[in-house]
Amino acid sequence: MELRPIFSTLRRHKTTAWLLILEIALTCAIVCNAVFLIGQRLQRMDLPSGIAEHELVQIQLGPIGKNADAKAQSATDLAALRQIAGVRQAAMTNQMPFSCCSDSTGSIMLDPHQQQGTAQVAEFMGGAGLLSTLGAELVEGRDFQPSEYVDFDAAVQALHDGNARGLPQEIILTRGLAERLWPGQEALGRTVYFGDALPFRVIGVVASLARPKQLEQGVQYSAVLPIRMTVADGSSYILRTAPQDREAILKAAVAKLKQLDPNRVVLVKRTYDDARREYFAGDRAMAGILVGVILALLTVTALGIVGLASFWVGQRRRTIGVRRALGATRGDILHYFQAENFLLASFGIALGMVLAYGINLFLMLHYELPRLPGIYFPVGALVLWGIGQLAVLGPALRAANVPPVVATRSV
Amino acid sequence: MFAYYLDLALRSLKRSPGLTLLMVLAIGFGVAASMTTWSVFRAVSGDPIPWKSSRLFVPQLDIWGPDSRKKGGYTDISDAFDYTDALALMRDHRGKLQSAMYQVSPSVVPADAAKHPINVSGHAVFSEFFPMVEAPFKYGSGWSAQDDQNRSHVLVLSDKLNQKLFGDVNSVGKSVNIEGKDYRVVGVVDRWNPQPRYYDVVNTGGFVGDGAEDVFLPFNTAIDVGMPNNGNTNCNEIPKEAGFIGLQHSSCVWIAYMVELDSATDVDSYKNYLDGYMRQQQQAGRFNWAPKYKLSDLPAWLDSEHVVPDDTKVSLLVALGLLIVCLVNTAGLLLAKFLRRSGEIGVRRALGAPRAAVYAQFLTEAGMVGAAGGVLGLLLTGVGVACVGWVLPKDIAALARLDVSLLAMTLVVAVIATVLAGLYPTWRASRVQPAWQLKSN
Repeated sequence: MELRPIFSTLRRHKTTAWLLILEIALTCAIVCNAVFLIGQRLQRMDLPSGIAEHELVQIQLGPIGKNADAKAQSATDLAALRQIAGVRQAAMTNQMPFSCCSDSTGSIMLDPHQQQGTAQVAEFMGGAGLLSTLGAELVEGRDFQPSEYVDFDAAVQALHDGNARGLPQEIILTRGLAERLWPGQEALGRTVYFGDALPFRVIGVVASLARPKQLEQGVQYSAVLPIRMTVADGSSYILRTAPQDREAILKAAVAKLKQLDPNRVVLVKRTYDDARREYFAGDRAMAGILVGVILALLTVTALGIVGLASFWVGQRRRTIGVRRALGATRGDILHYFQAENFLLASFGIALGMVLAYGINLFLMLHYELPRLPGIYFPVGALVLWGIGQLAVLGPALRAANVPPVVATRSV
Repeated sequence: MFAYYLDLALRSLKRSPGLTLLMVLAIGFGVAASMTTWSVFRAVSGDPIPWKSSRLFVPQLDIWGPDSRKKGGYTDISDAFDYTDALALMRDHRGKLQSAMYQVSPSVVPADAAKHPINVSGHAVFSEFFPMVEAPFKYGSGWSAQDDQNRSHVLVLSDKLNQKLFGDVNSVGKSVNIEGKDYRVVGVVDRWNPQPRYYDVVNTGGFVGDGAEDVFLPFNTAIDVGMPNNGNTNCNEIPKEAGFIGLQHSSCVWIAYMVELDSATDVDSYKNYLDGYMRQQQQAGRFNWAPKYKLSDLPAWLDSEHVVPDDTKVSLLVALGLLIVCLVNTAGLLLAKFLRRSGEIGVRRALGAPRAAVYAQFLTEAGMVGAAGGVLGLLLTGVGVACVGWVLPKDIAALARLDVSLLAMTLVVAVIATVLAGLYPTWRASRVQPAWQLKSN
């Protein structure tokens, strides 16, 4: 295919050609970055939580009454909840992975004299059976023993009195956190410190347990403490059941709790799937908007190419006729327009890549996004070339159908 | 003359309906996408109290010191107040109006014993809160400074809670039982739910899903009866005593503070006051670092608290990008179209039409495409805003509304954008040499 005639034609339509190139370049740049943003969102929404997501429901009650009552009441509640047919396990927890509102964190240290914490760790607290109810998989060591649990208010009191004995002595970490603290080494039996150099011995490691929020601090940096929570501390009941029973169990559980004390206020009742969906709603929204914009962008660009190509075909009918009369085949004419489009698209894509990189740099600077991976460039180029060729096909076929006799007619 | 241009434009557009449709579609799409995103953006970044936001200020005091920031990895000084300093600032009363406030979530016990208590949300505030934020009252008014001092058991209800408890009647003077204590209703706030909830961004993150606050109580009274803080509490060190009292004696921050200052002089003297206050605290031996404070006006404060999500900003950028692509697209198509008519321009120019007439003719045509695109854009924006609820979180989607100004803006943006896109092609068209065009044909 001879490219020279194409160039000389385009030179006569410089502005129009440049506008088309600019359009393709902008589309390329925006689509590359938008697809990248979507990828980021999907990746976030896909983060593993480490718990039996589809088997859990959560109920949180409003705090009413004195702490002393709360302890007894929580125990009664839990016992009653465990009685409900279909409930496999029940426990109390102060927080759940990827869910709104409750988030207890602490600065973990490897050395009691450390000035600055090594990592900000999400602290999960709950009584016996928390890990097994959540379905967090213990990969090393053991779960807490009954004697190791401490009541929350007792722990707070011990903290005030500076009495380290009154605090729990053991802790379970996630594998991600253990890896961060002691890369490539055994974590069991080591000691970590919180707050005022309070020591905790690592007795177990769970495969994964994501933190509730502030994911940028390290999604998997979580620890579990053997501290019994009550309704008064703003903690929730979590029940584990078969996935298909969740709705029914939720209803039954709320009914049971109301029956135990009709004056209680239910603040939260939801399946864990709902909680997670709610947490990632913003990400899903963003991805949805971006998909819409990408589709609109590609459609508009394709339509623009169709429009301009049709125009050029109309404008060059006579030239095409002359070429046909001089012996050019239909295929030649078809290929001419295809090659022209390919050329324009290539220029556009080249410019678009530079732009895409620039936009990415800007986003990195202002919105803390990572660098655009290299793979986006060739894929983006292929997509735009494809769209360009598809769009030009119709006008090009029409051009190929121009009969040679046109050459003999005067305008 | 304009009618003539309109006629010319119509004829020209009719001659190539496909191309015209294309341009209209492109403009419509571009405008609709950018306007839909803009409506969301405006909803979340809007000034909740535009007539007053430059006179409302939020002070911040550095009571934790630089070490705490280093340890916690923060750069800004704490964005809330501890009890001691909040009360000290209230006592000194250096602003025109001011209020410390904290979030509460008490239970209201209905008079009818058969009904269950209801959990409500609200704020404990000072009397000056109501004139400061200009809360609209349906019945009654806020309480007085005297009530603040006397720790009176009074409250202000929301319209919604008033309906629930008393039906739609003036309940001023009636009493409401909150956690076992009776409070006298002094006012009912008419529907009022500023978004973002600027007076307490720290606790709400700016946006609150379902509706207004239910109750407002006097700050001192709430402290008196031990109504705990339901909002965020941040501590630098563990409180020495347990419970709500311990919190009040601690350096933990959990109170929001806002002050109204009406002139630049007031702002300066308030800054002096804050500086003096911090110096005095340092001299009293409370801390050993250099006194530091901040006083931000409301817009700056909302910005520093990241009330507008980054996501929304990025999606606005993307939508603007789409609009630009649509414009470039239309410019290209218009150019191709206009340049093809050099013959026609040549004839008109040869017959005596000045360049301005050519401009008028082609810009009219471009404007018509823009107007048609705008109308399509209007429809699509309507669809877009209606669909926002599918993809955005409810609390934000509820704010994105189709209003007259948005509609007008859609149209104006479309027409201006197309005329802009048509300028260059028109300029090229008007450059056509009449003699040359006539000859070549």
